[in-house]
Amino acid sequence: MSRLFTVRNVVVVALLIFLALVPFFAVLTGNAFLTTLFTRIVILAIAAVSLNLIMGFGGMVSFGHAAYLGIGGYAVGILAYEKVTSAFIQWPVALVACAIFALITGALSLRTRGVYFIMITLAFAQMIYYVGVSLDRYGADDGLTIYTRSQFAGLINLSNRTVFYYFCFACLMGTIYLVWRMVNSRFGMVIQGARSNDRRMRSIGFPTYRYRLVCFVIAGVLCGLSGVLLANQADFISPATMHWTRSGDLIVMAVLGGMGSVIGPVMGAVALLVLEETLPHIIGAVGGFVTGKSMVAAKEYWALILGPMLLLVVLFARGGIDGLLRRFGRD
Amino acid sequence: MTEALLQVEGLTKRFGGVIASDAITIDVKRGELHAIIGPNGAGKTTLIGQLTGEITPNTGSVRFDGSDITALPTYRRSMLGLARSFQITSLFPDFSVIDNVALAAQAHDGHSFRFWADAREQPELREAAMIALKRVGLADRANLLVAKLSHGEHRQLEIAMALATKPRMLLLDEPMAGMGPDESSRMVAMLKQLKQELTILLIEHDMEAVFALADRITVLVYGKVIASGTPDEIRANAEVIQAYLGERDAEAANG
Ligand SMILES: Nc1ncnc2c1ncn2[C@@H]1O[C@H](COP(=O)(O)OP(=O)(O)OP(=O)(O)O)[C@@H](O)[C@H]1O
Ligand SMILES: [Mg+2]
Repeated sequence: MSRLFTVRNVVVVALLIFLALVPFFAVLTGNAFLTTLFTRIVILAIAAVSLNLIMGFGGMVSFGHAAYLGIGGYAVGILAYEKVTSAFIQWPVALVACAIFALITGALSLRTRGVYFIMITLAFAQMIYYVGVSLDRYGADDGLTIYTRSQFAGLINLSNRTVFYYFCFACLMGTIYLVWRMVNSRFGMVIQGARSNDRRMRSIGFPTYRYRLVCFVIAGVLCGLSGVLLANQADFISPATMHWTRSGDLIVMAVLGGMGSVIGPVMGAVALLVLEETLPHIIGAVGGFVTGKSMVAAKEYWALILGPMLLLVVLFARGGIDGLLRRFGRD
Repeated sequence: MTEALLQVEGLTKRFGGVIASDAITIDVKRGELHAIIGPNGAGKTTLIGQLTGEITPNTGSVRFDGSDITALPTYRRSMLGLARSFQITSLFPDFSVIDNVALAAQAHDGHSFRFWADAREQPELREAAMIALKRVGLADRANLLVAKLSHGEHRQLEIAMALATKPRMLLLDEPMAGMGPDESSRMVAMLKQLKQELTILLIEHDMEAVFALADRITVLVYGKVIASGTPDEIRANAEVIQAYLGERDAEAANG
């Protein structure tokens, strides 16, 4: 049943090898921006994988997952601003804050289903967004510059571009492995069973609510890690990080990449962010070539191309990119 | 030990103007197979829903093995040994057959806050699931996706899942619904086996099966118990014949 050399598996391995070698490609091409771009991609892939744990495996479609990017980021930003730069303090504070927020909002949201769940998670995220906007001491709307990246007592230097990239890459691999173990464990069976048929789960003896809540908290904490890294990468945190459109981006990554597997959202993150980065240039170049004029203005319209592409994936490639690749393998 | 395993007393459930359960009182003794019959909409499924805790009664109480379980949530009742099968098949369609049953076994093998070991590699769950699948005759279908099974096999899987929870009492809601004659008679044979070791509350429209299996029968019409007794008593009950069995069925019941 499970062959090792399917198209899909080859693509997954190729992708991981590529990600592992990004800093080398950056040196080879002399394009340092490549590492910067992929650092962001790898960090947001962590968030997408964490979202997919609750959305794809648990059937809990949260429209407020970016809240944890913000909470993680603000924990780093605020502590740095208050001269606490040690990662050994910053990071646990960030993750615990995310856990508490997930526990409280999850306990309430998980009493609802479907559209109501989507709406209530969105509402909580908006709440925390406006908390960010009202933080006058920490830059309010304008955000907060982080002058010192998290300090690991001299053990790891996050200010080094390559070191930071590999640190993030290791976090992504760790997250993937953790989530993969989890979804195949007894806990994961319960989560997936509750997605598939919650009523039957309760009838065979599972108090599903508490399992779903724990899952929700785990996903929040993992996304908090992504937020911590993101703030360090940008040297900046602002309410925009937890805007609802960012939550939407995370959903798009998971749906585009494929919600049926742990690795799918990683593909989605890479695809979405690379397209976001390159489409404007492609449009500009193609437009300029066709019309013979400068088409800088056309760059603005990249979203008009990306939107329909996403629609096509959702309509015709159930299971996203990952699902598509799996289908290739079968023929 | 003469005390009933399940005691239902004065159970009443209203849905707006509809009285789905009207002061139902039933005792099910240990080891007996108690059938509940009644026309469509009589409130049979609603009764089971209240026994498992999915539906909260307006008044009345449910006692299981001597303790009041009226306010217990569904999963706690399952822990006590009450298992149900659903009239409308309720499975995990995107899981394999054995995963469905293993999950039921897992529910009764300690808590599931175990995050690391692969659940599909755990022999205690796999073996328990296989035993339940063998009992219902689905052992050779274990690795198929549930969606690939026939309707009759889905009905069997319903029972296998209930069995995997190590129940003391089965609540079966029309297990033969939609089955062909062959499948039905196999189900009857299996229920005969099961009643040797379990207390069973059986809802069924197939009168032949009911009269072949039941130790006692309760007749429900418009939410009310109109008669309760041995198969012979029910057969002879004029009110039952008039209200439900009708002449044709009465003949069938008399053989
Ligand atoms: N959730 C509900 N809301 C409103 N009315 C309900 C609900 N569930 C059941 N009813 C009503 O209660 C009555 C009993 O329904 P129930 O499903 O228990 O009957 P049943 O005896 O199981 O019928 P069948 O033989 O068709 O399965 C019916 O009139 C039904 O319409
Ligand atoms: Mg019914």
